Amino acid sequence: MSSDYVIIGGGVVGLSTAWGLLKRGLRVTVLDGDDGSFRASRGNFGLVWVQSKGMNQPRYARWSQTSAAAWAEFATELGEATGQDLGLEQKGGYDFHFSEESLLATVEKYEALKEKLDGNYPFEVLGRNALRKEEPHIGPKVMGAILHHQDGHANPLRLLRALAADVRRMGGRVLTGRTVTDVTKPDGFRVICADGAIVEAGKLVLSAGLGAALLGPKLGFKAPVRPQRGQVLITEKLPKIINRPSLIARQVDEGGVQIGATNEEVGLDDGVTQPGLSGLAAEAIAAYPVLARAQLVRSWGALRVLSPDGLPIYQESAEMPGAYLVTCHSGITLAAAHARFLPDWLEGTEAAPDLEVFGEARFS
Amino acid sequence: MKPAFLELSPDAHRVPVRFAGETLMLPEGANLAAALLAAGVTVLRHTPVSGAPRAPFCMMGACFDCLLEVEGVVRQACMIEVTEGLEIARPHEGPCDDTL
Amino acid sequence: MTRFDLAIIGAGPAGMAAAATAAEVGMSVCVLDEQPRAGGQIYRDVERAAGLRGDILGKDYTQGAPLVAGLRQAVITHVGGAVVWAIEPGFRISYTCDGAAAQIEAARVLLATGALERPMPLPGWTLPGVMTAGAGQILLKQSGVLARRAVLVGSGPLLYLIAVQMVRAGTPPLALVETQRRADLIRSAQHLGGALRGWRYLLKGLGLLAEIARARVPRHTGATEIEVEGEGRAEAVSFESRGKHHRIACETVYLHHGVVPNTQAARSLGVSHKWNAAQACFVPVLDEWGQSDVPGVCIAGDGAGIGGARVAEIAGRLAALKLAEEAGRLSASDRDDRATPLHAALSVERAARPFLDVAYPPYAGAIAPTDTTVICRCEEVTAGDIRSYAGIGCLGPNQTKAFGRAGMGPCQGRYCGLTVTALLAEANGQSPDETGYYRIRPPLKPITLGELASMDGPEKDAAG
Repeated sequence: MSSDYVIIGGGVVGLSTAWGLLKRGLRVTVLDGDDGSFRASRGNFGLVWVQSKGMNQPRYARWSQTSAAAWAEFATELGEATGQDLGLEQKGGYDFHFSEESLLATVEKYEALKEKLDGNYPFEVLGRNALRKEEPHIGPKVMGAILHHQDGHANPLRLLRALAADVRRMGGRVLTGRTVTDVTKPDGFRVICADGAIVEAGKLVLSAGLGAALLGPKLGFKAPVRPQRGQVLITEKLPKIINRPSLIARQVDEGGVQIGATNEEVGLDDGVTQPGLSGLAAEAIAAYPVLARAQLVRSWGALRVLSPDGLPIYQESAEMPGAYLVTCHSGITLAAAHARFLPDWLEGTEAAPDLEVFGEARFS
Repeated sequence: MKPAFLELSPDAHRVPVRFAGETLMLPEGANLAAALLAAGVTVLRHTPVSGAPRAPFCMMGACFDCLLEVEGVVRQACMIEVTEGLEIARPHEGPCDDTL
Repeated sequence: MTRFDLAIIGAGPAGMAAAATAAEVGMSVCVLDEQPRAGGQIYRDVERAAGLRGDILGKDYTQGAPLVAGLRQAVITHVGGAVVWAIEPGFRISYTCDGAAAQIEAARVLLATGALERPMPLPGWTLPGVMTAGAGQILLKQSGVLARRAVLVGSGPLLYLIAVQMVRAGTPPLALVETQRRADLIRSAQHLGGALRGWRYLLKGLGLLAEIARARVPRHTGATEIEVEGEGRAEAVSFESRGKHHRIACETVYLHHGVVPNTQAARSLGVSHKWNAAQACFVPVLDEWGQSDVPGVCIAGDGAGIGGARVAEIAGRLAALKLAEEAGRLSASDRDDRATPLHAALSVERAARPFLDVAYPPYAGAIAPTDTTVICRCEEVTAGDIRSYAGIGCLGPNQTKAFGRAGMGPCQGRYCGLTVTALLAEANGQSPDETGYYRIRPPLKPITLGELASMDGPEKDAAG
């Protein structure tokens, strides 16, 4: 059976894209890995985030804003179809600062970006007292915060599960436990898996996270993605103590406080280390001293999928037209854009977003 | 009716412990979970997921069903010994839960 | 940070025996144990309790006292109340003790973390008043606390042992609701030949059954459809047996259908595990000394596969000999001389095991629970939830963990892991080995953020 699309990679990026294509009546096959695959979709921090993104590339800031703005409707539609509450909350998020210098320096950069975005960059600076009104548990070491009103967070695991369920409900074919070994294009695409399975499709989307580094070159992509480890902590379920998310900590809808994350260049090692965990715990306590008495229940390491400049890559293959590389670090933030707008780009409709700045030409 | 559990050595030295706002006299040095069961306590906590009542299950530190808030930190009752004046509450239900 | 030749995790029979053997050949040993006093679960608190209630608990319990005494040597550092939460390569071992974080380093590690009760998810098993039979025994051993109106549910020798101890203490159980069937006993007969080499175990078993019969404790065998009923706490056990429905009012229910290796620490170190069909559980892959596929890591005792206290003690000594030889404290020939009688004793002690495994299999109703039965006690996930996640592509327990939180709570999957693997294996038509198990990571047990923050963080240049 031939599909319109074969999507290699069944994480949030691949499934959001599949979901959007299915909504348009296209036939989609998704190839997914196994229980032990590296999965950023299972290890991420769950932010739907705008601030600090695209400081040097306003188009990325705008793409993040576009997705954040589309998230509420996306979450409602997906949530209703699957009976899932995706836990979306978009009432702003913080960037905490422990010194006045760093706060001022960041504000200056945000002002510059705001200008390039025609003023659409709604943030405000909260001093110590103003912040304490918003976050009664904030600690004395926090000098202030930038509150960005376009920021928020969601429950990324429920997003993953809802997408997995709804893609199937809409007739998407999802083959799990697969490792793609080769791709040819005699006429349409033929994707060959390690277990001998062959999937044929008119178009192909490569959204295999770190797996793209291996498969990409076979399809004519540079696919210069590398792993960067982030260690993450989560506490026991607690009564409400954090109102809005930050890059340091957020309280998830089930009650646990999630604390993140390290940035470590350690290759494909997704382990956790005592010093890594201790550093994160100390920072979280500096922000919210009351957390010192909370029990850490779980920790994990997950591997970010990073391009050299940290921006997403959207590229059609010159060697194999009809094959698209879709990869990014912020699969949760961009899920709504991938579900709503990326299909236009893949299908080449009038409404296609201009994603040229995210092409691989920038790496030459 | 008599409590569900019987103590073989009821004459042990007892000390006061505060549990959920009440004072209980428990054997000094005893396992806290066992001492609470013997004192007739049937519910140690309510789950944060559904609010269902729970009590000690494994008594060996593995199941985490006997969680209590002891001196402000949520810990396993079956891994703690009774000492005089312990302040205990059901997790995050107060009264020693004023900050979390 | 103090560095030792050998770190032993767990002060049960395997850990205590290994410590003594390693100390004999001059190794510096640190024994980290969660309990305030050594003994493990089998000899829990034996030094305090043997004098108080040795008559009830029996000689099998009081014989643990000399092992505990053996820990009192200058070269052995025994840290009681030490909850190990991370073991990192090297080995750097992080633990919490009296609310404070601490660390040691060790050249080699012996994991002697023992067993857990096999999870027995059946309707009502989360109600207050429902406990494991092991918990009932611990209450008696350590605290002298006994259930007045208890029903014992499940199968296996431990169920008979606790029944007899309750009889001796003057509070016999209201009934034994046993899940093994006549067919299991008949099948087990083929293993009797081997079991006769372990005749002491069989004799003990017969003695226990005779004591139960003398006390007129009713026994219902071949029980199915078992449920614990009650509003807010256990009030009765209901079940089918020999074509009849039964309901026994009670206040306490002790569950037991075997014990399984506690593999959390071994898995966190990346030790390979294999499904053992006879024992229906995962066991670490080890050589005849207890050496795992992670260099420097040995495993002994029930954590290496269920064998009981005597097997644990011998295996602990063997592992210590191997580690001592590796450390250059013993020549290979010295090691082998000392090991020969131990290997022989081990095979005798293990002889009855195949018989017991077949005679007392796990309760089928708890291996494949009904859809509405809670299987993850922490996150309250049901068997039906896991089956539905298999339907949306979950091949293994790490994906169901992400989809539905089973295994995410403070117990870290200790009481749902085997059930989730079994449910997924059945739903996907895969073997347990293909299905796999949770990836276990630190913290092995929860630790406060405050304790964590009190330890050294990353080097500044590596912090990024």
